[in-house]
Amino acid sequence: MLRLTTIVALLWVSLWPQWVSAQVEKPSVMTVGYLELADDPRYIEEQMIARFQAQPWGRPYGGAEVGLKEIRFSVSVAGVKVRLRRHTGKDVAKLGETLKAWVEEGVRLVLIDAPGDAVRALADQVGNQDVLLFNLTSRDPKLRQEYCSPQLLHIIPDQTMLMDALAQYLVSKKWRRILALKGPSADDESFHAAFARSAKRYGLKIVDTRPFKLGRDPRQRGKNNIALLTSGEDYDVVFVADTRGEFARSVPYQIQQPRPVVGSAGLVADGWNWAWERYGAPQLNNRFMRKNDRPMTDYDWAAWIAVKIIGEAIARTGSNEFGALSNYIRGDEIVIDGFKGFPLSFRPWNGQLRQPVFVTTTNWVVARAPLEGFLHQSNNLDTIGLDAAETRCDMKK
Amino acid sequence: MRNTLFFMVSMFVLLSGMVRPALAKDTGYLFVSSEKDHTVTVLDGTTLQVVKAIRTGQRPRGMHFSPDRQWLYVACGDSDRIDVIDLKTLEVIDQLDVGEDPERFDLSPDGAVLYASNEDDGLLTVFDLHNKSVKAEIEVGEEPEGVLASPDGNTVYVTSEVANMVHVVSVKNQDVSKNILVGNRPRRFALTPDGKELWVTNELKGSVTLIDTSSLQVSGEIRFTPRGFRAEDVTPVGLVMTQDGSKAYVTLGSANHVALVDVRKHQVMDYILVGRRPWGAALSRDEKTLYVTNGMSDDLSVVDTGSLKVTRSVPVGRVPYTVIVDD
Repeated sequence: MLRLTTIVALLWVSLWPQWVSAQVEKPSVMTVGYLELADDPRYIEEQMIARFQAQPWGRPYGGAEVGLKEIRFSVSVAGVKVRLRRHTGKDVAKLGETLKAWVEEGVRLVLIDAPGDAVRALADQVGNQDVLLFNLTSRDPKLRQEYCSPQLLHIIPDQTMLMDALAQYLVSKKWRRILALKGPSADDESFHAAFARSAKRYGLKIVDTRPFKLGRDPRQRGKNNIALLTSGEDYDVVFVADTRGEFARSVPYQIQQPRPVVGSAGLVADGWNWAWERYGAPQLNNRFMRKNDRPMTDYDWAAWIAVKIIGEAIARTGSNEFGALSNYIRGDEIVIDGFKGFPLSFRPWNGQLRQPVFVTTTNWVVARAPLEGFLHQSNNLDTIGLDAAETRCDMKK
Repeated sequence: MRNTLFFMVSMFVLLSGMVRPALAKDTGYLFVSSEKDHTVTVLDGTTLQVVKAIRTGQRPRGMHFSPDRQWLYVACGDSDRIDVIDLKTLEVIDQLDVGEDPERFDLSPDGAVLYASNEDDGLLTVFDLHNKSVKAEIEVGEEPEGVLASPDGNTVYVTSEVANMVHVVSVKNQDVSKNILVGNRPRRFALTPDGKELWVTNELKGSVTLIDTSSLQVSGEIRFTPRGFRAEDVTPVGLVMTQDGSKAYVTLGSANHVALVDVRKHQVMDYILVGRRPWGAALSRDEKTLYVTNGMSDDLSVVDTGSLKVTRSVPVGRVPYTVIVDD
């Protein structure tokens, strides 16, 4: 008799939690992964302090947190609560291990803040699995071309998008003759190549390309002396390809002729600027500033919008199921508000988020591309960046 | 006989007083807030000459008259306050602390309570106008903008631009009783005179969402497709309905037009070309004139509602936001 009572009592106790939770609807929790590299060269201290144009001014994770707070109401309508799970790995191998473990636990959406080769390695690891990776911060065009991946989406504008925006502006001003200064790194080379593509596309003429080198060695003055580097030729504008920024920032006002400097300093194309005033930007910049004690950059914007995109998909589909979310995110119905004045969406041929790009100074947005008058047969945003006709991305591999 | 006459006369006086409050100014003036000039420009309703430019706090935006038309309340976001303008003297006589960055607001039907959206903080502030103090602060989604107090005094509707929602706030419980997901970047409201249908503009979706107020469900959507504009340029923001609820005018932002909508049929009837980035709209009492503020051409369009054409454009300070008519 006592045994029976005990059994009944135990059954009752074990069933109680289900009972209680059936009365109170608890939201289902969705974990979104966030991966970053510990010694990412883009975030070294001196680089952050210098606040170069179109460069990160701190780790972008703070942007993701701002986005997470903003989506809380709309995802709650779908009965979902989103949680960010952050991992800072010491190298790519460690990131890969963590990603694998997360996928085994059921994490399906992962944001990645890492240089291009790390992103590529992680995307290759995922392959065709039901996992969606978001490349937040690599601007490498090759990731959108030969190194693309079926489950990899790109948030930040790549170098071709930045250069198309800049070229549209230069063409609109009729500043067509360009003297190009090119830095020594692979990134600088890629930046210059992207500009050369845009120049050709928009009818700008690169009158000469000259390599530069950081330094004060007088024996190398042909490469490190700005006056010398910029003399002997006539041009409308000096374009500098310097993805680190230290050389470029010293070029304005030091060149031989009175000409604007563009590219990595002076007039710079960027996906976001803290001085952008329209479409709710001051409110967003304020929210970011209050949480992170510094102005928002494109890198922060990318982390923010990625979380917002996930939130929008959950709210509109009412689902936390991978298939529904992935299709919605990559489809035409989704309305993504990036606070840049156009609704955003993903390009099906390479997974790049199509978006306006700003042409900026240090404290102003001079123009927003696509500029008025630059038209495209289906979406004006596709005048900026790699279009369908030039894609070398095979999504089916 | 005398008593009956006296009774009829007094009823007449009383009734006419109810239709037009005894203390109404009826100056015929137009008031336009200017976001960047930190001014409320006062224009003569007939000549459209500037009568006065009243200096207010920083970034004046939403404006409402008090029910007795003695005062004009002006939300000055960057000064974190609401300025009170005396309509007899056209001077700022008081300042109300309704929390940070108030953008828009509405008054309870009896004029005793002011509901303000605090843009930066994601709050709706409930402010007691008699003892000039904050009664409650209700958390809503970020960038709340439109505020509409229902005529029965029980509900306040608030949009959150970031959460893409309409929050339904219970006045009695001072909390959010329901959240309704609408289009992207919802801005402002209009309510049909019978109180049954709530209209909300969705800036980024290029549409107006219709909500049935008894079920609090979305009941429909009206899309705007002015010729010559791509979908992304159609950004509806402001709306005003005629008193009989038959027509509505919706300002279309970057599409530089105002849409004329048949309210009962939910159909767009025509598009009126105005200035650049029209947001604010107000009708004259006789509804023969529609006034529209154009934020990116710094002017006010005066539209004849019969011909649906702009008859005058008047410069009104940088980035005009709200226009309101005292008639």
